[in-house]
Amino acid sequence: MKNYTIGSIREGLLKKQYSAEEFTRQALEHAERENPKTNAYLTFSSVRAMAAAEAVDRKIAAGEDPGALAGVPVAVKDVIVTKGLRTTCGSKLLEHYIPPYDATAVIRLEQAGGIIIGKTNCDEFAMGSSNENSAFGPVRNPCALDRVPGGSSGGSAAAVAQGTAVVALGSDTGGSVRQPASFCGVVGVTPTYGRVSRYGLTAFASSLDHIGPFARTTGDAATLLRVIAGRDEMDATSASAPVPDYRDALNGDVRGLKLGLPREYFEGLASDTGDRIHAAIETLKKLGCEVREISLPHTQYAIAAYYIIATAEASANLARYDGVRYTTRAASAGTLAEMYRETRDEGFGAECKRRIMLGTYVLSAGYYDAYYVKAQKVRSLIARDYAEAFQQVDAIVAPVSPFPAFKIGEKVDDPVAMYLSDIYTITGDLAGIPCMSVPCGLTPDGLPVGLQILTKHFDESTMFRVADAYARAST
Amino acid sequence: MKITDEEVRRVAELAALALRDDEVERMAKDLDSILSHIDKLNELDTTGIEPMAQVLFASDETATLREDRERPSLSNAEALANAPVSGNGYFKVPRVIER
Repeated sequence: MKNYTIGSIREGLLKKQYSAEEFTRQALEHAERENPKTNAYLTFSSVRAMAAAEAVDRKIAAGEDPGALAGVPVAVKDVIVTKGLRTTCGSKLLEHYIPPYDATAVIRLEQAGGIIIGKTNCDEFAMGSSNENSAFGPVRNPCALDRVPGGSSGGSAAAVAQGTAVVALGSDTGGSVRQPASFCGVVGVTPTYGRVSRYGLTAFASSLDHIGPFARTTGDAATLLRVIAGRDEMDATSASAPVPDYRDALNGDVRGLKLGLPREYFEGLASDTGDRIHAAIETLKKLGCEVREISLPHTQYAIAAYYIIATAEASANLARYDGVRYTTRAASAGTLAEMYRETRDEGFGAECKRRIMLGTYVLSAGYYDAYYVKAQKVRSLIARDYAEAFQQVDAIVAPVSPFPAFKIGEKVDDPVAMYLSDIYTITGDLAGIPCMSVPCGLTPDGLPVGLQILTKHFDESTMFRVADAYARAST
Repeated sequence: MKITDEEVRRVAELAALALRDDEVERMAKDLDSILSHIDKLNELDTTGIEPMAQVLFASDETATLREDRERPSLSNAEALANAPVSGNGYFKVPRVIER
């Protein structure tokens, strides 16, 4: 399974080496057999997958184009709703929740022939950097089973790395696609804010939430993004800018491209990670890129601004989990107010409570201007840093995480240390620019490292071009 | 301490969370360390800077609304299907008004 790509599956189907039904059945069996090793999937969707596979076979038999993702096994993060298929958001509160509708990204990938084989584990409501905040147990990193896969889209990253899916959907609010991609050694993409509809993505921090693809190759990530991107009338913040064929950018030619290295991103970098990043930069230079140092001076304020904005939005978004409409309800409930409180106390894990509390605090009377408005102003400064940088360079290259995958349990007792580890990914989300992680080798301990590539709004093509050229040169 | 146990209890009330006593203590400690880090923002002079509430908020590319027209919505049964307690086509909750 690990060797398949979107292109090779398509070829196999069109040459009648296997039917989509046969391939899907094998993929499901393989994923269910392998899953106990990592706990990447929470739910398998065999009925829906087989129905989608039949539809692909019918199209092929009728001589129609079966779609850009024909027969491709896709894993979907369990914060993205799927009609009739349990969607837990990694939370006890939604343990039995069966959504009555599909997310737009889900509809689009199935229309393109993609086969959803299951829903993947994640930190509760996408809050976390290690996947240890799931109510359904942590995910183990397929590259080192005693380590975390990163978070919050840890299950999607692990499924693609383990070979139990070919591509996957994740969501990114502060790094939740790129960081697990880097920890598991796969490609992870956070597109421009608004590039992919958020309709059906369970809201965490609405001004920062993105759906993004995971894949084992840049080409597959580009194909999946093109399928799910584009204007959707169900999300007023979705962009109407035309969606190019990102694969056209994958020509390996990066000569003369100007790349910026933000000096603030190379401070405090673990040396095993730094060595891989510097080696990747040397490769890009050899390919003809012009590399120059740049400065993003407000980087050091990003974590503080992010944890105000994200938690403020989360405290409002998570108010809906109240034991009335779709969550479980605490059994001991007396009055309505007690029922709300007890349902939420029993249902939310510690990290969600921490963020709801922080968000409620920064929005409460007397603190709104000092925290929330202040953070939004700092967000402007961070976005301006990027806008100025992109007047000098075509793309920015940087690390994704200051260190590789850590051991399960190693950081759970220090929430601030966990928050600080998001330093290199949070700024891209605050500015809303496209950014991705592409594998750039292993540390001496054999742990994957990710190279981050960032470009200006709606310039995913340049980002993919750099990632693809690097990947070709380094293999 | 930047936040007292009393304040934690007040914020928990606002957030509709019933924190146990041991949770209050732990929460105060965690929020204190996060708020201490957040204090870093005060180093920055942000006079005259516009707050950024949304990415590309003023952009033509995204600031679009859909046509307002009648469309099918969820049926009553679909809307109630995930409710922990329902009956007679309604969500049921504990009594709100005491007689």
